[in-house]
Amino acid sequence: MIRTILAAVTILLTLAAAHAHEEKRGDLVISHPWTRATAASQKNGAIFMEIVNHSDDADRLIGASSPEAETVEVHGHFKDGDVMRMRRLDGVDVPAGGSAYLAPGGYHVMLIGLNGPLLEETTINVTLEFERAGKVEIEAIVESAGYRGPKRFTRNGMPMKSEGQGMREEMHKGMRK
Amino acid sequence: MLHIGAVLLAVTILGIGAWLNLRGGEPAEGTSATGMVVGVEIGGPFELIDHTGTTFTDRDLAGDYALIYFGYTYCPDVCPTELGQIAAAIDELGADGARVRPVMITIDPERDTPEVLAEYVPLFHERFVALTGAKAEILGVAQAYRVLFRKFEDPTYTDYLMDHSSFVYLLAPDGKVVGMFRYGTAPEEMALVIRQHMKANS
Repeated sequence: MIRTILAAVTILLTLAAAHAHEEKRGDLVISHPWTRATAASQKNGAIFMEIVNHSDDADRLIGASSPEAETVEVHGHFKDGDVMRMRRLDGVDVPAGGSAYLAPGGYHVMLIGLNGPLLEETTINVTLEFERAGKVEIEAIVESAGYRGPKRFTRNGMPMKSEGQGMREEMHKGMRK
Repeated sequence: MLHIGAVLLAVTILGIGAWLNLRGGEPAEGTSATGMVVGVEIGGPFELIDHTGTTFTDRDLAGDYALIYFGYTYCPDVCPTELGQIAAAIDELGADGARVRPVMITIDPERDTPEVLAEYVPLFHERFVALTGAKAEILGVAQAYRVLFRKFEDPTYTDYLMDHSSFVYLLAPDGKVVGMFRYGTAPEEMALVIRQHMKANS
């Protein structure tokens, strides 16, 4: 029974994904990149997305740039008890045949020093840089300031809220010295 | 066709959600994995400045429930997420949402002036109150709420960051802290806990 439901969900999710906005570059698919609207007084923004790697080789998101901000970096949170520490990372691994999730409370591409407010219902241009695939240009949709993500369920049907948890070790590994 | 697909998808996801909840064995009422009632004394009086530049004290919240979050506007990820959750919890309460005040207290008064906050919080909810103040006052209220925060400075970073604990505090109309929600608590769960308090106090 559960297997049938899971199979149905997989099919539906696949169908839904086919209609969602995405960018392809070789074997990489950047699925629904999004960010949040900001106030004029806000200096920073964060971009979230799912990066799917259909290749047999692992890749790694190592940087990004955008005309919207002075600096763009890959950042992540790690949880130390109940304290959230946000740090810059060298990169985020995109496993062969797998996905990297950039979601609230976990990883994000950070826009530092915004040139102006990000306005809801517009899109912004961002160039991602991967170790193997090279540069990939994407358009991120600007959602509302309090937007919580495109879907409640991600990997293995786990709720989004666990996204930032249990990644402490991983974050330490990726953290710049 | 697309519509049918979307409806099917929504129904299936709801079904799976219910299944996960059952499987997780989370109690439907009372204490839960994330929304918890505190047994220790937390909170207390404060005197700060709101985003309009007016003095704002704990007494200004008396008579209403409040959801309070300690964050900072320079934070692009965790803080907007939590402020969005607070707004969604209030929406979830429908008409009763009017009895809940959304409040943000900055832990970064250096950068978060009333002017900065005035542009920021209305993006999340029209009734949001954002509070700042002198460093000593912010430290005082953070300590009273047992908020952990620390400035993280590194010469290779563009600017400093704030490491901080990320809880949403629920204040009852009498000003007592009656709940703390961990980062990532679903707005539906916050609304459920608030409803229980409203019911118990009605």
